[in-house]
Amino acid sequence: MQRVVITGIGVISAIGLTRDAFWRSLVEGRCGIRAIHSPDFEQLRFKHAADVEGFVPEDHLSAKELTLMDRFAQFAVVAAKEAMAQSGLELTPAMREDGAIITGSCIGGRSAEEVGYRELYIHGRNRVHPLTIPLGMSNAGTSHISMQLGIQGPSYTISTACASSGHAIGQAFHMVRSGIAPVAIAGGCEAPLYFGNLKAWEAMRVISKDTCRPFSADRSGLVLGEGAAMLVLEPLEAALARGARPIAEIVGFGMSADACHITQPSAEGPARAMRMALRDAGLAPEQIGYINAHGTATEVNDRTETAAVRLVFGAHADKLAVSSTKSMHAHTLGAAGAIEAAASALTLANGVIPPTVNYGRPDPVCDLDFVPNAARTQQVEACLSNSFAFGGLNAVLALRTYN
Amino acid sequence: MSDSIQERVLKIIANTRRIPLESVRPDSTFEELGVDSLDRLNILFDLESEFDIEVDDEEAKKVQNIPEMIAGITHLVEAKAKASPES
Repeated sequence: MQRVVITGIGVISAIGLTRDAFWRSLVEGRCGIRAIHSPDFEQLRFKHAADVEGFVPEDHLSAKELTLMDRFAQFAVVAAKEAMAQSGLELTPAMREDGAIITGSCIGGRSAEEVGYRELYIHGRNRVHPLTIPLGMSNAGTSHISMQLGIQGPSYTISTACASSGHAIGQAFHMVRSGIAPVAIAGGCEAPLYFGNLKAWEAMRVISKDTCRPFSADRSGLVLGEGAAMLVLEPLEAALARGARPIAEIVGFGMSADACHITQPSAEGPARAMRMALRDAGLAPEQIGYINAHGTATEVNDRTETAAVRLVFGAHADKLAVSSTKSMHAHTLGAAGAIEAAASALTLANGVIPPTVNYGRPDPVCDLDFVPNAARTQQVEACLSNSFAFGGLNAVLALRTYN
Repeated sequence: MSDSIQERVLKIIANTRRIPLESVRPDSTFEELGVDSLDRLNILFDLESEFDIEVDDEEAKKVQNIPEMIAGITHLVEAKAKASPES
């Protein structure tokens, strides 16, 4: 069994096009949610989202490469390259041969399909673009990372809705810990802000008409966002041997299924995933100082998640800091688990806990310390990163500060 | 007019839940009928189609029982009729 450390992080989000910009925004409590002025949004009951403003794909990828990549895959590659650059890792032939790439994506490149459907159903054409399939497939992010980095080992994509990249990082953690993979790139990527998908979320009636206020009594639902985060995972020994500086250690992973309802979460399912992550990590509940919550700002999530934290932590729940960074980067669906794992690792590395912004009044049912509106300087020993999906599939990562 | 709205609302609830129309009465509670949050979404969706109206998310959340649902739909249908007097 290897100890597994994160040696590189890449992030693209509404609150920063790079890891450093992302972290600065988290510390400043900057919210990336804004009203979008586009013809698509004119036809929606909600106007707000957290889009990645200022992303210029041509700055990172050649024209030929761009032809083959939908926006979510572009995010994947750019984030993976940033993570690799930070790690300073020079891939050996053995690392290339057995290295793993595991990404999470819920929607994948379905926006490419939508373009085709418009051609068929609106413009009356009888054909779609020949790259519709390779652009649209959810594994495109993983495939393009493998081609860009020359990594040829176990590589695939996990789609468990809003827990996709939590599961992806957990699987990569298992592979590096067990020695199956000498290195892994793991994370998530998502570009869900296209008309058909926005309409589908509108129909769910869970989208806020202004902003995301997790755990706050005046919450009005979730806000959709786009982006990606990728992590480089290595065995601790190998990382130290080459002189790398671990950002944080991944120490445990817990998964569970609620097995009760396709959209209504239970408290027991997430609680079991948190307990499993603690057990896997060999951590006592009292060693956890921070939870990066799933925190979508739907009433049912926030109340169920609060109950789940109480089930697991008992009296210690009142000593924990719990924040939802979705209040800033919004809900990026399949990328959420990875963006939040990145936030969690940076929290441990920097000794600063990011806030839950847009927090108004306490909800009596959500009575934890949600680090409202301002970051807190506090070094914690270990933290959890929660990801809970529609369909009741839960993924919880446990991370520990590396000294 | 309001009778027919009531009948149409009850029919939509029965169809969505796939239960006999006779089992859906104006005084039935959503719990009795086994209507959960997803069923509510489906019912709202079918009501919007049936009456060609749009139901606001926040207004929809306030509806606790079938009479409130019928009252809300009646209000929206009347508002629509006023907005387009020729129809």
